Amino acid sequence: MPGKLKAKIVAGRHLPVMDRASDLTDAFVEVKFGNTTFKTDVFPKSLNPQWNSEWFKFEVDDEDLQDEPLQITVLDHDTYSANDAIGKVYIDIDPLLCTEAASVISGWFPIYDTIHGIRGEINVLVKVELFNDLNRFRQSSCGVKFFCTTSIPRGYRAAMVHGFLEELVVNEDPEYQWIDRIRTPRASNEARQRLISLMSGELQRKIGLKVLEMGGNAVVGYLQCFDLEGESGLVVRAIGTACTLEKLTSGSLASAHTHPNTAPASNACNSPSKDGKESPLAHGCRSTHNSPVHSACSSQRLSQNFSVSVPTLIFTGMGSGGSAGKEAGPLKTLLRQQTQTALEQREFPFFTLTSFPPGFLVHVGGVVSARSVKLLDRIHNPDEPETRDAWWEEIRQEIKSHAKALGCHAVVGYSENTSICEEVCILSASGTAAILNHRYMREGCLDIGSTDQRFEDPSPPSCGFCHIPYDELNMPFPAQLTYCYNCRRQKVPDVLFTTIDLPAEAAVTGKGCLIQARLCRLKKKAQGEVNATVISNLLPFMEYELHTQLMNKLKLRSMNALFGLHIQISVGENMLLGLASATGVYLTALPAPGGIQIAGKTTGDMSNEQHILTIQKRINDTIARNKELYQINPPELTEEGVGSPIPEPRHRSRLFRSHSESSDEVSELDLSHGKKDAFVLEIDDTDAVEDIHSLLTDASPPAGFHSCNTETMPGIYNWTTAVQMFTSVRVLRLSNANLSNQSLNKIFTDLCENLLKSFYFKLRSMVPCCLCHLNFNVAVPEEELIQVSVTAVAMTFDKDQTQERPAERFITKGGSETDEQLQFSLELCADSSSTNSQPSSRISGTVSLFTPAAKLCQSQLVVVHSTGVPENTIVSSRAASVDYGSFADRCSTWLELLRLKAHTIRRGSVKTSRRTQSLAHSVSSLEHCSPLTEGRSRSVRSSRSFGGSPVTMVKMTPLSFLPGTRNIKYLGIINMFFIRETTSLREEGGVSGFLHSFIAEVFAMVRAHVAALGGNAVVSYSMKDCVLMENPNKNQAQCLINVSGDAVIYVRETDQEPTASMTNMGQSLCAADGAT
Amino acid sequence: MAVELDVFVGNTTIMDEEVYQLWLDGYTVNDAVKARMDAGVLEECEADADVLLSDTMDQYRTFQMCERLLQSPAKLANQLLFQITPHRQVMLIERYYAFDDTFVREVLGKKLSKGTKKDLDDISAKTGVTLKSCRRQFDNFKRVFKVVEELKGPLVENIRQHFLLSDKLARDYAAIVFFANNRFETGKKKLQYLTFQDFALCAGQLINNWTVGAVDNMVEDMDVDLDKEFLQELKELKILIADKDLLDQHKSLVCTALRGKTKAFAEMEANFKNLSRGLVNIATKLTNTKDVRDFFIDLVEKFIEPCRSDRWTAADIKLYLTHYTNSAHILDPFKHQAVWDRYMGVIKSCIFIMYHD
Repeated sequence: MPGKLKAKIVAGRHLPVMDRASDLTDAFVEVKFGNTTFKTDVFPKSLNPQWNSEWFKFEVDDEDLQDEPLQITVLDHDTYSANDAIGKVYIDIDPLLCTEAASVISGWFPIYDTIHGIRGEINVLVKVELFNDLNRFRQSSCGVKFFCTTSIPRGYRAAMVHGFLEELVVNEDPEYQWIDRIRTPRASNEARQRLISLMSGELQRKIGLKVLEMGGNAVVGYLQCFDLEGESGLVVRAIGTACTLEKLTSGSLASAHTHPNTAPASNACNSPSKDGKESPLAHGCRSTHNSPVHSACSSQRLSQNFSVSVPTLIFTGMGSGGSAGKEAGPLKTLLRQQTQTALEQREFPFFTLTSFPPGFLVHVGGVVSARSVKLLDRIHNPDEPETRDAWWEEIRQEIKSHAKALGCHAVVGYSENTSICEEVCILSASGTAAILNHRYMREGCLDIGSTDQRFEDPSPPSCGFCHIPYDELNMPFPAQLTYCYNCRRQKVPDVLFTTIDLPAEAAVTGKGCLIQARLCRLKKKAQGEVNATVISNLLPFMEYELHTQLMNKLKLRSMNALFGLHIQISVGENMLLGLASATGVYLTALPAPGGIQIAGKTTGDMSNEQHILTIQKRINDTIARNKELYQINPPELTEEGVGSPIPEPRHRSRLFRSHSESSDEVSELDLSHGKKDAFVLEIDDTDAVEDIHSLLTDASPPAGFHSCNTETMPGIYNWTTAVQMFTSVRVLRLSNANLSNQSLNKIFTDLCENLLKSFYFKLRSMVPCCLCHLNFNVAVPEEELIQVSVTAVAMTFDKDQTQERPAERFITKGGSETDEQLQFSLELCADSSSTNSQPSSRISGTVSLFTPAAKLCQSQLVVVHSTGVPENTIVSSRAASVDYGSFADRCSTWLELLRLKAHTIRRGSVKTSRRTQSLAHSVSSLEHCSPLTEGRSRSVRSSRSFGGSPVTMVKMTPLSFLPGTRNIKYLGIINMFFIRETTSLREEGGVSGFLHSFIAEVFAMVRAHVAALGGNAVVSYSMKDCVLMENPNKNQAQCLINVSGDAVIYVRETDQEPTASMTNMGQSLCAADGAT
Repeated sequence: MAVELDVFVGNTTIMDEEVYQLWLDGYTVNDAVKARMDAGVLEECEADADVLLSDTMDQYRTFQMCERLLQSPAKLANQLLFQITPHRQVMLIERYYAFDDTFVREVLGKKLSKGTKKDLDDISAKTGVTLKSCRRQFDNFKRVFKVVEELKGPLVENIRQHFLLSDKLARDYAAIVFFANNRFETGKKKLQYLTFQDFALCAGQLINNWTVGAVDNMVEDMDVDLDKEFLQELKELKILIADKDLLDQHKSLVCTALRGKTKAFAEMEANFKNLSRGLVNIATKLTNTKDVRDFFIDLVEKFIEPCRSDRWTAADIKLYLTHYTNSAHILDPFKHQAVWDRYMGVIKSCIFIMYHD
């Protein structure tokens, strides 16, 4: 009997009228946990009942505590007929099971009904008394902390990162059980909500057990997903990274956060795990690409995966890049071999983290991804979900081998997702191949000491991770390598794609921006295996085109690296949608991208030539404009500087590679430096013209706006505390059945672009601001519908910010300190190297590839050596110090002008503005009198007062931090699943009205749960599912939403003392209020 | 290519004050989009009409969802559905309860019933306020009326506390409730020149001096109903005009005081008896509900119009009424000083307000 759960029902307010005759309600409450139910007395004839119940006590196993939610049902008592349910509240007890998290849950919860939405609120108090359980065979994992945050949470240090966690549980979907034919929609929805709550509880417990087995105490980067497989069942799966976290003491916390010289800068470097980071990151890795074309067929899949290099696969001028082997090879190999052995013993060396403690990541090898098309079949035995496990196992194996092919042993920024349409399911996984610092890989390596370390890895942290990790002579793909533009010692690729966040110490020129590739592909309707085959045949082409688009757009913006790359491919009955989002940046260490050159196939046609010239000019203009817009003014390297042979201190250690690496080759390579090779697009048909047009239609954000899909925006450091998280959903109905791929692409692109425009407009009052963590999600809910849902946060920043990045911050952090702070070690499970069991399931095909930086050279691509620098790519300033300030000034004055103009316009617009003014007065007067107001009105008529302390403001953000604040306490994970259904769609304002209120309700319930835990914010918030089904003819709609995040207490960075006491006060106040 | 669904939900509810005003003013979505374009919102920001339409729809939906809360403003503060900052809440409420003076002028003193509601089409056509906005304003009046009807305590304070309104707006609502309850006639042609604010100020005077609440502040309806006892006592003032001696005496006292102080002295002297009869008759008839309704008409007909035709200035009126009131105190046989003061105090203020030069 290891736990006692206690619950007390205090009061209700704003209840709906359940008795039409009296316009009142006779409410009572059922409190249920497991199989035990308690009831309160009926509080007759009130919409604001005060039950003030006794403590209901449940004596339960901690296993149940983890799995089960506390169910609170509010009912209307009816003497003659059955009691009517008003609504329910599910409370996840998990946060109370952690000693460090919340100690009590107390507050007002919205009473939720799946048919009517929120119907009033209920005040509840919940406590848990846990007894020590010494049973070593226990099935519970109480006390393991869960974080959605994909970095080491603020205020913690990772003593150990154990590795990858995965688990899935399956069940029958209540919606598809026979009983659903006879029960009400409400009963069915509730059964589903309860089941999923149970399943995620169970999943979390199982994951927790694995963590304990590994010796960890926390899961970071916890990602839980639902697969609604329809007839074949319901799968809840989760991945995460097991860690041993230690709480930093307040002293070390303070030191980590405030640096005397960079007080404003501490605002800037927001990402929690980035604090104090300084030591070299991974050697940059060249993102690799793999021709997708060959991999469609499952039987050949494994053998072909890495054998890419189609001879015509060329990226930029430098031949096929492999010409020169260079110095770093041997050492890298040594390094690789050391880590290899350690990591290879691990089944899946995957990490769901996207940003890392200093020193953890050594090499980044580019994006690896794998997709597989499966046919769903009924899950016969829910307790043995072997097929699903096997499917994922397969994919992970593939990812692992891709990483290996890139010379990397680990995958970071790893994520998995699915897209299901009828019986076809696309499983996808992606991550960034990386090499992790070997010092942290095995014990005993730590004694190598810092001098050795420096000797081995002399790359400055600002560029180190860009250096290629793989062997130039044995590259998995052709690529052009150059010497790092930062340290000039090691080689870097010309382009780098990753799924992780931009490392805090990376040297970046200018600002970043969101880059998206969008693609629609029609497909024939089909069934079963045929359908699956069609899809798997289409996938490689989609991936290829998405990458082409990404690459073109990257070059158009004159950038050379992508971070946070996320590619989603969604399947519908008659089409496939692909959406790739990433944040483009210009890494100082990488070479400047060449321009884009247009070439016509047919010569002699004068009008065509003219046309090409115009397009070329437009492209050149766009590039030039983007350079200015994103402030990309890289210091121009002098020819001499680059061309001069670079001293190679480590030639002596060239031991392992037998390839001859002569200095001739070096000089050969050097010749190409400084030449920017143009990327050539050939126009040979209308498709190509369309492609180029679509390339140019992407509007850049309006003045004052920036956008990215990563945690932070490179180039912006002075955040203010204003944040606005939002969710937006748009569904488009394709009216014309005979659309071509081209027009469909246009529609899809416009849909995304218009959404962004809409955001900019709505948030215009926050300018200057940046939309961060723009997370797009596409779906094809029905045959002719395209759904895009977006969650992001708008954050304002100080326009007078100093453009200098706080570089000294990283330098001043001593290496010793870092060492101390991050004794990183990877636990190595030396057990079974995974047997690559033959999948027995019905695989119709699997597609996988690396996300490339290189291009498959079909007829459109022509290799051109452009000698000299194209006019448009010349950056005027040679000096390293670029005048950022003037641009900012110009920006700000222009903004001010705009505002002024807007102001005058508003004045002219009749009465509105005058009202605003008069209102300002009344506002201030009211504010003064309001407390008095409340007090008196209660005395005047007590029944009208709702005993409400003002509602706590709860901030939400998809980022792991709130700017200008510190998360002083993590209160536990929020993981909620809601269903809403209506049979009166028109009356609720159509689908838009329905979904609008549902999303608002979901936000409200998340906020209420956080507030009840004593928190004031949700970080790492995400809406993982938003499944909408509608039937306007029947006036019906149904929607499922799944959200998650970490509840935290934050304080402003300027506040010295945590305001925990304050929140406690608020809580007790709230409780007291309810009790009166 | 129809947009089937389009929503945008912020964690902190995003509300544009200008769109809110358009919504309150009863604009349709399309009209609102047009109005916003005309106001130049697109020039402010690089956007197109579609963006504007989408934004307007979102906001309209938000307002519609909020409307239920705005109808009982106390709920807005502790509801959980919308996260709205306190000062925003104040703005929302204040504007929701704001009304058009032209509209309120039409319904002032009318019964807030279904019957009146049916006439809103006509009022809308006449005033140019959209029907939707008329309905909102009318329902606001009705709602406030219904709530305060049952409450004890001072009217203005009750309104302010229950609807979280500013002092100014609460006073206006008190006037509307007061007028509706007593059904004062305000629609006659002769009263057309008076604005709502004129009436509101008069209502304030009446509430503060002639209601039950002026003497006892813990009775139901205290500020809404006139003090019956007081109205009864007003009958005693009849003596001022019924007694010929007293009337003459009063006249001579007033004239002595006024002589040489105003250009209109001759007219004052000539009209004294008429004016005095007019005012005292109004007082004595107030026990009749019908006459209470005609209170403002009577004031205009019996006093203001004669003065205006004689071209009295506002200063003249002030001078005259001051001396007229004070002189009655010196009248020996006149024993009803307290009632006289209570009556004349209000009359004086009302006439000052209603007398437009």
